[in-house]
Amino acid sequence: MAKIDIGPPDYRKFLPPVIKENYGKWKYHELVRPGVLKHVAQSGAELYTIRVGSPRLVSVDFIRDICDIADQYCKGYLRFTSRNNIEFLTDDAAMVEPLIEACRAKGLPVGGTGRSLSNIVHTQGWIHCHTPASDASGIVKAVMDDLYEYFGRDDLPAKLRIAMACCLNMCGAVHCSDIAILGVHRTPPVINHEIIQKGAEIPSLVACCPTGAIRPDPKNKSVAVKEEKCMYCGNCFTMSPGMQILDAQNDGIAILVGGKVSNARSAPSFSRLVIPFLPNNPPRWPEVTEAVRNIVETWLTHARTGERMGEWIERIGWERFFTLTNIPFSDKCIDDYIFSRETFRTSAAFKY
Amino acid sequence: MPEDRKTPQLDELEKGPWPSFVTEMKRAAAKNPAADDLLGLLERSYEDKIGHWKHGGIVGVRGYGGGVIGRYTDLPEEFPHLKEFHTMRVNHPSGWFYTTDALRTICDIWEKHGSGLTNFHGSTGDIIMLGTTTDELQPTFDEFSEAGFDLGGSGSDLRSPSCCVGPARCEYACFDTLDMCYDLTHEFQDELHRPMWPYKFKIKMSGCANDCVAAIARADCSVIGTWRDTIIIDQDEVKAYAESGLNIQRAVCDKCPTRALEFNAETKELTVIPEDCSRCMHCINMMPKAIQPGKEKGATILLGGKSTIVKSAFMSWVIVPFMKMEPPYTEFKDLIRRIWDWWDENGKTRERLGELIYRVGMGTFLREVGLPPVPQMVFRPRANPYVFWQEDEIKK
Repeated sequence: MAKIDIGPPDYRKFLPPVIKENYGKWKYHELVRPGVLKHVAQSGAELYTIRVGSPRLVSVDFIRDICDIADQYCKGYLRFTSRNNIEFLTDDAAMVEPLIEACRAKGLPVGGTGRSLSNIVHTQGWIHCHTPASDASGIVKAVMDDLYEYFGRDDLPAKLRIAMACCLNMCGAVHCSDIAILGVHRTPPVINHEIIQKGAEIPSLVACCPTGAIRPDPKNKSVAVKEEKCMYCGNCFTMSPGMQILDAQNDGIAILVGGKVSNARSAPSFSRLVIPFLPNNPPRWPEVTEAVRNIVETWLTHARTGERMGEWIERIGWERFFTLTNIPFSDKCIDDYIFSRETFRTSAAFKY
Repeated sequence: MPEDRKTPQLDELEKGPWPSFVTEMKRAAAKNPAADDLLGLLERSYEDKIGHWKHGGIVGVRGYGGGVIGRYTDLPEEFPHLKEFHTMRVNHPSGWFYTTDALRTICDIWEKHGSGLTNFHGSTGDIIMLGTTTDELQPTFDEFSEAGFDLGGSGSDLRSPSCCVGPARCEYACFDTLDMCYDLTHEFQDELHRPMWPYKFKIKMSGCANDCVAAIARADCSVIGTWRDTIIIDQDEVKAYAESGLNIQRAVCDKCPTRALEFNAETKELTVIPEDCSRCMHCINMMPKAIQPGKEKGATILLGGKSTIVKSAFMSWVIVPFMKMEPPYTEFKDLIRRIWDWWDENGKTRERLGELIYRVGMGTFLREVGLPPVPQMVFRPRANPYVFWQEDEIKK
């Protein structure tokens, strides 16, 4: 029988020699050009990183392709970033240009460093998830095609981090992104009493609803939903397949903006909902790509150097953000969930 | 691929400059019938605008309660190879470093036993093996184990811890994120592989407050590198930045959130008011050659981060402002075990740690896990007088 609980392999055996020798002794780094970092150690040793975008959902042959590149130019060493980029690592400056050429020849974009758009982190969507309100890979591909140039440029006001989650379980944790693309449901669950009678633990199902919209229905040995209290989170659907939340006619996309995780300058912040709904319009979701481009371009035009999306919006004010982007403000942008009051303007100072 | 398989909508996503996942699916489909069925199923979702996966059933490998996600399509007649299409999560190495040998081994195993489709990586950090049958799970695991890889977490357990690139390549790292991630993952194999808690639990380690793994947004326990003393300024390098054209006053000092930096334009010297600095990383990011973190390094421990479901998204908040982070991480491990015990005792089903603390109050939490309240835990104190006084604080 195979050994269990061996844990992940020791990362130390995967580190290139230049990293092993200079581990913890890096002195500084430079952004050489978009997609290329140069780290210099106290010893004077140099490490070049070439960052390359990937579609995340890849075949094993794709992994073998990038292994071929790493074998040829990096002595077989590479890593991945938290945003699904590939990073080729070499201590040989002469390898940088040929490596970039090899990536280009394979159709792999080089960029995503410094003040650029990095890869979009995202979830599974229709590929493999059971609660999605939308696809993920398809929207990400469409948005990255549309914003492709910003991956390879590092002269944006600041870094730009876009994330996509296909429902608000948000496996992708989009809630602190410059722009969050979020799949949303808009209709209460459709109850299948038979499935609930067979398999659901009714007290847990009742208790799982954050707004108390689910109550027991003893007559049917099932549950009932007080529809006006439901905000379509889908928590009950995760508890039981008898609470069908998917709705092809009404599921779609919401856009939230202005979040960040870094502590630099200002505290980490949540993304805020500015577009409550856009339709699912596969295969290229034109309404979504257009909305994202509009927000990005407005930021590019108006932000000062060094301002993340949220820092720019907080400086000019959200009311100005809606004016500048021509995004209609509606009651749906005003919070009415648990922590709403802190978002109300308790001040007589504002702009038009 | 069956001759009659048409995917006109997906074909549209092979156009455009960004690398295409559809192209990747087709590469896998050329070798594997399940990957080919997946193309067909996804095309169907694009037509129907709805997902075609049922809830997971319980599947797994011997000795494990997590690590495998059961997946079954709701259209098994049309897509017979997706009748069972389970995901296996393989625990990634710290910092996602690989040799090509290791990656090729993973590819060979997965090509033999599964669809040949993967995610490098899933959101939590694992290598995602996307799609195989129930019968193939054990043989797949056996080969991964033989090759030195193990499963990651799933369900109500510790999820695979993950960390930033840390001291392997970053001069900002205030502790060894890779070692700590490796050490904790090995220490807590039981918690990782056998779900026993109210819900999932994530630990993520970032070497500095730039937080490149988004620990504060995503992890129930976020470990974020910091220092206790003062930033170190190299005045020669400051001059070099000034001469290279960086507007230090505007780009660095004016953006300092606590106005802790002063730049003398005549002497080109930069000084810090140490007690005013909040260690946000901005000045270091702008002038990495000239400014370094202080010497007394460690980490801030924050708790409660999670995504929206159920009670809104939470960001982790400070519970220990500074802790030394050195092997064998005993102080941290003792603390996290106390916290888990308390959560396990008090949490409701599907209640993340942050939601539990919010429900019962920070005061209760701090008393019960034995942590001293300090002002670093809050942005500002409460604005109401509704204090829960303890019995021993009141005259009888």
